[in-house]
Amino acid sequence: MSLGTVLNRTLGLISGKGGVEHWWAQRLTAIALIPLGLWLVFSFAGLSNFDYLTVTGWARSPINSVLLIFAVITISYHSQLGLKVIIEDYIHAVFLKKTSLVFSNFLHIGLAAVGIYSIARVAFSVPL
Amino acid sequence: MTKAQRPLSPHLQVYRWQITMILSTFHRGTGVMLSLGLLILVYWLLAIAGGFDRYEQARAFLGSDWFKLPLVGWTFCFFFHLCNGIRHLAWDAGRGLEIQQYHASGWAVIVVTLIATMGYGMLVIF
Repeated sequence: MSLGTVLNRTLGLISGKGGVEHWWAQRLTAIALIPLGLWLVFSFAGLSNFDYLTVTGWARSPINSVLLIFAVITISYHSQLGLKVIIEDYIHAVFLKKTSLVFSNFLHIGLAAVGIYSIARVAFSVPL
Repeated sequence: MTKAQRPLSPHLQVYRWQITMILSTFHRGTGVMLSLGLLILVYWLLAIAGGFDRYEQARAFLGSDWFKLPLVGWTFCFFFHLCNGIRHLAWDAGRGLEIQQYHASGWAVIVVTLIATMGYGMLVIF
C-alpha cells in the first residue's frame, strides 16, 4: 500500500472499508437466483393444489429438497446483502446502524437455519 | 479530523421524474418486499415440517381470499426485481449503458413485469 493510499484513506477520500466482496457476492447470488427463483415460482404454478399431501410429496422429492435448500440459502444471503446496503444508506446514527446490521444478520442466518431444518425434516421423514 | 468541503449533490426534488430514477427506487422497494416474502416462505416451509394440522393452520391463512392481493403484490415484486436485476447485471457487464438503451430496457422491464404478473396472477393465484 503506497503512502498516498494511506493518506487518502485517512482523509476519507477513498473507502476505508471493504466492498469488493459484497459487490461480488451480490452479483453471484443474483445470477444464481435467476434460475432458482424461476424454478420456485413455476414449481408453485405446477402444483395441482396446495393440499398437505401434494405439497409434502413435492417438497420431499430429492431434487426438490436440494433445490429448496439451495434457494433458501441463496435468497437469505442475497437478502442480507441487499438490506445491509439499505441500512447503511438510510440509518445514520452509528449505534442504531450497527445494531440494525447485527439484527439483520442474525435474522437472516436464523431464517436460513429454520428453512433448511424444515426442508430436511420433510425430506427425511418416513413416507406416509 | 477536518472534513473536506465537497460540493453537495442537488436534492431529489429539483429533478423531473424520469423512468430511470423510478425504476431504481422500485428496485430497492421490491427488494425489501421480497425480504419480507422470505419470512413468509420460511413460515410456509416450517408449517409443512410441522405436520398436517400445522400446515392446515398456515394454509387457512396463506390460502385465504384476502391474502391473494398480497400474493399478487409479491408476484409483481418478484418479476420486477428479476427483470430489473438482469438489467443491472447487463450494466455490470458493460452493456446497455447508452441513454436510449437505458430507456428502452426500462420500458421492457415494465412491460414484461406487468404481463408476467397478470399472467401469474390469473393462472396461479386466482
